[in-house]
Formats: sequence, C-alpha cells, structure tokens
Amino acid sequence: MSIEYLGLSSINGPLIALEGVQGAFFDEIVEFVVNGSERKIGRIVEIYEDRAVIQVFEGSENMSLKNTHTKLTGHPMEIALSPDMLGRTFNGIGQPIDDLGPIVSTLKRDVNGLPLNPVRREYPRNYIHTGISAIDGLTTLIRGQKLPIFSGNGLPHDQLAAQIVKQASLGEDSNEQFAVVFAAMGVKHDVADFFRHTFEESGVADHVAMFLNLANDPVVERLITPKVALTVAEYLAFEQHMHILVILTDMTSFAEAMREVSSSKGEIPSRKGYPGYLYSELATIYERAGIVQGVEGSVTQLPILTMPNDDITHPIPDLTGYITEGQVVLDRPLHGQSIYPPINILPSLSRLMKDGIGAGYTREDHQDLANQLFSAYAKVGDARNLASVIGEDELSPIDKKYLEFGKEFEERYIGQGPEENRSMIETLDLGWELLGRLPREELDRVDTKILDKYYKPLETES
Amino acid sequence: MLKTGTIYGINGPVIYLKGNTGFSMSEMVYVGKQQLVGEVIALDKDITTIQVYEETSGLRPGEEVVASGGAVSVTLAPGILNNIFDGIERPLERIAESGGAFITRGVSVDSLDRAKKWDAHITVSAGQYLHGGDIIAEVPETHAIVHKCMIPPDMEGTVVDTVPDGSYTIDEPLITLRLQDGTEKQLTMTQKWPIRVPRPVHHRFPASVPLITGQRIIDTMFPIAKGGTAAIPGGFGTGKTMTQHQIAKWADADIIIYIGCGERGNEMTQVLEEFGELTDPRTGNPLMARTTLIANTSNMPVAAREASIYTGLTLAEYYRDMGYDVAIMADSTSRWAEALRELSGRLEEMPAEEGFPAYLASRLSAFYERAGMMHNLNGTDGSVTIIGAVSPQGGDFSEPVTQNTKRFVRCFWGLDKSLAYSRHFPAIHWLTSYSEYLNDLSHWYQDNVSQKFVDYRNRLMALLNQESSLLEIVKLIGSDVLPDDQKLVLEIARVIRLGFLQQNAFHKDDTCVSMEKQFLMMDTILYLYKQARTLVTMGHPMSVLKAENIFDRIIAIKYDVPNDRLELFAQYHRDIDAFYQRVLEKNA
Repeated sequence: MSIEYLGLSSINGPLIALEGVQGAFFDEIVEFVVNGSERKIGRIVEIYEDRAVIQVFEGSENMSLKNTHTKLTGHPMEIALSPDMLGRTFNGIGQPIDDLGPIVSTLKRDVNGLPLNPVRREYPRNYIHTGISAIDGLTTLIRGQKLPIFSGNGLPHDQLAAQIVKQASLGEDSNEQFAVVFAAMGVKHDVADFFRHTFEESGVADHVAMFLNLANDPVVERLITPKVALTVAEYLAFEQHMHILVILTDMTSFAEAMREVSSSKGEIPSRKGYPGYLYSELATIYERAGIVQGVEGSVTQLPILTMPNDDITHPIPDLTGYITEGQVVLDRPLHGQSIYPPINILPSLSRLMKDGIGAGYTREDHQDLANQLFSAYAKVGDARNLASVIGEDELSPIDKKYLEFGKEFEERYIGQGPEENRSMIETLDLGWELLGRLPREELDRVDTKILDKYYKPLETES
Repeated sequence: MLKTGTIYGINGPVIYLKGNTGFSMSEMVYVGKQQLVGEVIALDKDITTIQVYEETSGLRPGEEVVASGGAVSVTLAPGILNNIFDGIERPLERIAESGGAFITRGVSVDSLDRAKKWDAHITVSAGQYLHGGDIIAEVPETHAIVHKCMIPPDMEGTVVDTVPDGSYTIDEPLITLRLQDGTEKQLTMTQKWPIRVPRPVHHRFPASVPLITGQRIIDTMFPIAKGGTAAIPGGFGTGKTMTQHQIAKWADADIIIYIGCGERGNEMTQVLEEFGELTDPRTGNPLMARTTLIANTSNMPVAAREASIYTGLTLAEYYRDMGYDVAIMADSTSRWAEALRELSGRLEEMPAEEGFPAYLASRLSAFYERAGMMHNLNGTDGSVTIIGAVSPQGGDFSEPVTQNTKRFVRCFWGLDKSLAYSRHFPAIHWLTSYSEYLNDLSHWYQDNVSQKFVDYRNRLMALLNQESSLLEIVKLIGSDVLPDDQKLVLEIARVIRLGFLQQNAFHKDDTCVSMEKQFLMMDTILYLYKQARTLVTMGHPMSVLKAENIFDRIIAIKYDVPNDRLELFAQYHRDIDAFYQRVLEKNA
C-alpha cells in the first residue's frame, strides 16, 4: 500500500478525481500531502476502473493538480477507540484538538458502523428522568430512544438540551455509568462554548467526548462527524457498558452539507435539491441508538435540528420525524410569551413512552393523564380560535374554562425555570391539579377508576 | 460453468460491469470476494448494471461477479411462519447466531432450516395424475397452520412413487413424478419462486367477505374485503404503524405477513416481542404462529429494502395457494418508493415528479394488483389482502406516492394530524377516508350481522357529516346560538366520535371489538338519538338533556361492556328509556 500517486486529474470543490489508481476500493480513505507539508485525508466516493472520485474532508484549498501526493491507506474511515476519549475534544473527523496528545489504542473501528439486528435489539423500556414537566409528563424520554428536538433559529434548543444533560445525569441509579457524546456540525463558536461551559458547570465535563465541526470548518468534514461520534458512543455503551446520551447538533447543517457535496458530484436531486439518499443517510445515523440484548449499556440520541423557516414539512424535519421515535417541537409564539421551555406539546410525541410509563415505571395514571392533557390542550386551541372570532365574552362557560386551563397549563406546566428539576410525582400531580379546573365530564380519556382516585375539582369561590 | 463478469465501477449500491457478461435481467449474482448478493437491473452491450443488496464499501474494481443462473427468488417450504427475515429472505435469527448483534456483510445462511424434520402426511398416491399447484403433502407447520406442500405451478405428471408418512427435512424427496416428456423428477417440500413474478392462479373473483379487524372505524365505517387493497397515509406521529399493528394482531386472516420496509428497528423488536406474547383470540395460539416478519429497517441496505416488498408478497401468494386468507402489512410503501427513487438517481435516470422515477405508478399498480381473492390452480380458494402504509412527505397527501397509490387501492384510511394531536386514535379521519368495498360487502353484513347494519352505518356517517357543516357555523358564531336540534346533532356526533370511532388499543376490552358489539353500540347510540330528538322536538332544551349524564354513559360503553357480556346492552336501552321519562316528568 505504499504506492504514492503524484498529481490529480481534476478538482471540483471538495471533490477531486485521480486517475491510474490501482487496487483502490469503494469507501477507502486516502491521505494527501499537499506541497510536501500539509496533510489532508479524503474518502473514495465513486470509482470507475482506475479513476477514483475522492471527497476531501478538510476542503481542497491549496491543492493543485500538480502539488499533491496521494496515498491509499487500505482501510475505510476508522477511529481509534479508548475509554480515555471521555473528557477530550476532537475535530469533526475525530482528531484530538485539545493539545492533550493522540488517543493511543490498538482498537480501531469503521465509523460507518453496522446495522443492529432487530432480533438482538432490546425494546427500550426505562425512562430517563429529565426534570422537565413537558418532557417527563407528556413526551417521556426512554433510554435507547432517539428523540430529536425540532427547533428554529433563535429558539432556546441549546439551553433545553443542556438542561436535559444536567438533570438527566443526576439519575437515581448512581452506580450506573453515564456519559455524554457531543457532536457539533456546523454550529457557531459560541454554541460550542455554551455547551462546554454547561458541561463544566454541571460537573460532567470529564464524562463528555466532544466532536466539534464548527460553522467555519470544512463542510465535507461534517458529513463524517456524527458517524465518528456514534462509533465512539457505541463503543462506550456496548463495550464499556455505559449509558450514553448523544447530542447531535445541528442536523440541518449535516443535511445541507450532504446537498452541497451531492450537487458538486453532479447527482440527480430529488426534493428541494437534496440527494435521493437523504433518508437512508439520516436513517443510518438515527438508527444507531438502542440497547443490545444481554448487554449493559445504551445509546440514547438527542439530535437537534433547526427547521428552515420553522417549517416542519421541510424535508429535513420531515424525514427525521419518520425515522426517530417521536420529536419535541419548540414553538416561536410560546417563546414570544417568555415561556421556557417553549415546547409545543401538540405536535410533540414520544413513541416509546407508552411502554416505559405507568404502574411499575412511573405511576398508574401517567398514560391516561397525558392523553387527557393532550386532548384538553387541543381543545384550548379550538376555544382560542373561537374567541378570536366572536370575542372571549361570548364563549360558552366551558370554553371559558378551557381558556383559563390553557393559560395555567402553559405558564405552570410547560413553563419552568432553566434550573428547575421537578420530580416525576410533582409533574404528575401538577397535571391533576390543572385538570381540576375542568369539570369531570370533560375528562373523557381517563379510566373511571383513575378519575376517582386522582381527580380533585378546584374549589371555586362561588 | 457459471457466467462471470468483472467490476468496473462502483457508486453506492450500484455497480457496473464492463462488457457483455451474458447475464440475464433480474438474475441474482454474487459480487466480489465477500459474495455480496446482487441483482442485474440493466443490460447493455458495453455495461451491465447491478444493484447490490448489501453495503458496498470495500469493493474494488476488478473483483469478480458470478451469476447464479436464476432470478432473485425465495425459498418456499415449511419454516416460514414464526420467523423473521431480512429483505431477501435471510433469517435474522441465524444471522445473529453466526455474526453477533450487528449484521455483517456477505453472510451466507440458508433461508430455512434444512436440518429440521417435519411431520409430513402424504396426500397423493402412485398412479395419480397431478397438475401444477396440486397439494402433495400436509405438514403441521405451527399450532395454527398446516403447511400444504404443492408441486410447482409449471409442472404436471403422474405420481410414480411416494414415501410413507413420516418425518422429513425440506430437502428430502417426498414423491417421484413422471413428467409428460417421460423424465422422472423427485419433489421435496421445497420450491423456489422468483420474487418479481406473481404466482399463477386459475381465476380471480370479486370480493364479498370483509376482513374483520376488530377496529370499529374500519369494520363498520370503511371496511376492507378479503383480497382487497387499502392504503393508510399519514404524516409522522399520526399512528400508521400503530394501526398496522392493531390489524396484524386482530384481523381474522389465517396468515399475516408483516413487512417492515425502511422503518425503525425498535418497532420490529416490539412486534417480535409483543406478537410472541399475545394469543390469537380466535384460535388461542400465539400470534407469531401465524405471522412472518420481513424486517428491512431503514439503516439496512437500500436495494434490499426495494426487494423486501416483493419477498413478502411472494410468501403471501404461496400461502394463498394453499387456500389461506393472507393479509400483508407493508410499512411503509413510501420507503419502498424512496428506495426506487434512490436507485433511480444512482442510475442517473430522468426523474419525473419530485425526483421519483416515471415508472413509480406502474410499479405501484403491479404491486397492488397482486392482491385478490383467487381460485387457485389446485381448486382451493385463498386471498391476499394488502394494507400499505404511506408516509407522505410533509404529511401532504398531494405528493406522488399517495396520489398514485390512491389510483390503485379501493380503501383509503386517511390519518389526520389534528386528530392525532388531540390523541384521538385511531386517527383515521371519517371525512377524508373511503371504502369502495361498502357495496360489495353489504350483503355479507346483512346476512351475518344484521339487516339494519348498513343503514345504521350510513346514519352515523350522515350525522358526522352534519356535524362537520355545523362546526363551520360554530367556528363563526359559537355553539350557544344554535337551535336545540342542531345542538343535539353536535352532542350525538360527539358521542359517536368519542364512544364509537375512538378506540383504545391499550384497553383489554376495547382493543378488539366483535362485529356484534359494534352493531349494538351503533344501535344504542341511534336509539339515544331517536329518544333525545323526540324530547327536543317536544321543546325540552338541550341544557336539560345534557344535565343527565346519559351521553357520557353511552360513551363509556366501549370500556364498560366486555365483548362477552353483550346482554348488558339491554340495560342501556332501559337507561335511555328512564332518561326519557325523567326529562318528561321533570319538565311536565
């Protein structure tokens, strides 16, 4: 494998073509030496006989058709793995950037990963307590789940993710090892700094592996960042038996990078210019969450994506929603009313919730209560629409009750402090307290026995 | 001597071979040193194009591709049920045993267990003349299903010899057949069939029996016939998968083929776990005893995702040929369509709408047309029912997959986002959904449930339609100003929505409801409407009627009356009468 090729045939953005290559394989990693000093790496993305198309991770700056030496490495994109990666910071392709030296390990793994066999998956059942009512009560996060935060620019998704990390880390099972793998793709410097500070403040910094591809880092590099991060997460979870929370931010930049590269490859675009394989690519990332049967440890994913123009039907949130097990949607009008976290519960959902709550997990009334809150809050929306047409005074008494309920619900149940850590029982009881504002016959989603036990109508002055 | 070719180019799951290889279209090939499975998808004098069913990273130009001599096929024999396969019929359990929790590439495992011995009862004897499709042996495959081994559809001849009843593997010969050209052929339990070719039938006949699913909005409002086709479109979170699971659990089909096509891994695990624990209410056997899962999750290779739909269909047709009613759940056909788009893009074909290839519509129609109620070659009757989930982009039903699917299915269960947001499940919207089978099935309902069934169903629909137009007015002026008879329509429609259409999959009595209970529920709701309307026409205001809790009592019937205690309905009629009297007396 020591043949070096001098020169290139063409350079087009991050893609270069090399001719006369012998023995290269699809997906192989190549090393470049530019001008005798600068090192870059790239990946073979297309190959025709002796002509290889290579994607350069660091970008093709300074490369010319003559000054580049290319060497085949004989292996696909790999990363060295070690438990020492916790507490360290890496760039988007997994090279340390914290001046603490390289990761020394003989164990190397292909970052593309392999699909987890459905018959060896363990169905996720244990909930993660986040201390945030809107999540714990209504879209419960389950260990081994992939639950994205759908957000928009300017909304506090970073604070929310940070709060989840802080509060989820203080789990009751203190003997279980908890760690965070943080992958940033195309995020701003201050966002990365914000997360770093949060990790330090909450004392988890030595349990975090950070992979940073910042907004001004090469675009191609961020295509590999989530894969590198997830390879590390899988290693820590399934081989070091830790419970790993993976934060991927911002998946929109990842998809944008894919579109950019696809377009320079001259591929046929499908929706909004994104390549046809956007779904498959996103799926290979999101599906790398879960639990393996008989193995201690889990990978839970919390991807963050900013919906372009707050549009949930845009291909990126749309395809994400089809792969992930629910979503937490942030809402601009709620944010405008200074409600934190501004979670719009109606489109939010946790698919795995139903099996991880209830008697034996949280409390017997959890599912019914959640259904009733969703249903009641949906009616609040109807009542508000009506009020905006005919005026609040003209509403029927029951609609007025709903308006009141809606206001309280948003301010007290959804809204809470960024430092506030509510227990599950507090969250559930608060739900019943708010439902007490509605007459009993309105509560049609709750089993009669549960109603008898938990429902207490609010005493009115009259 | 098998034909071979040499890899020239690689682009994701698509590879190119140089020169005329002599391969044939749709032929299965083994690619490279790792023997990855692939299929020929285009031939040219200079270039042969192959799609590979596994990840191609690590392949090099110059590696050899070997033809298999046959089209991509499935192995058909006992052992298919109570099993989980990937998109090209490789058993995932075996893959896990050989390669661990993660699926490695180039795994070579047999589709079915070739060492296991099955008890076979031979049903033919020497001297008998057999036609294609005739049954030669019966094998109890699971507690629920007797597997009927058939001779391949394209073969006929005289039985020369048979083995005695006993235990045999799927590879041991059972009978010897002298074909018309005089050659003798030994037949085993196994046959192979190419996945893209429909298995032949004698003729198809019109649908006349409903597939009873135990789901009220389906069975009563928008029924599907055995041998019918239905689509369940809905944005994410509207409950497509949940609806499919419910049907797979409770439908009165003999066999369920559940195809998880490009969906979540955890969901397949859930089906595996749950179906293993649940019992079929009709036979008392575990649900898995009648179920086969095809799992090609979204992170498994895209080409195999495309094939998984056909693999499932072929398995279904095989059981249909034995005379069984088979139902296919395809979750989701959009992922399959996207796999077509992805491969089409790699082939640099000219895209049509939204980047989908122009042949999307013809592929979809070919898929749904393989459903039907059939008279089989061997004289039995069987059916294949296809229920396909559609995941429209952005929840927008005007996108190409939904639109084209609508052209080829006769039953449309449109899931609605706002219903799902208010946690009204199943979120099938009664105004956008339809079933063209309603007329075909009305005789069955009249003969088997009640003469009044169709009439009642239509009256419920009429009330729901009235509600929807009244709500338009309510949106503008509020409900207080409506006259009392219209308020009553709103109230009864509420009872229908909450008490009848909404169904709780997690409640033991509500998850699956018998036709009889469905009818009695309608009967009770309409009786309440009749009595209440009389009161309203007599001038009793709605506020008085509503003060009684009778409406909420009727809503709770779904929980309060178990399926096996239908005599309780009589009490509800008495309660409605009592309510009627009370209102009369109080306001006399």
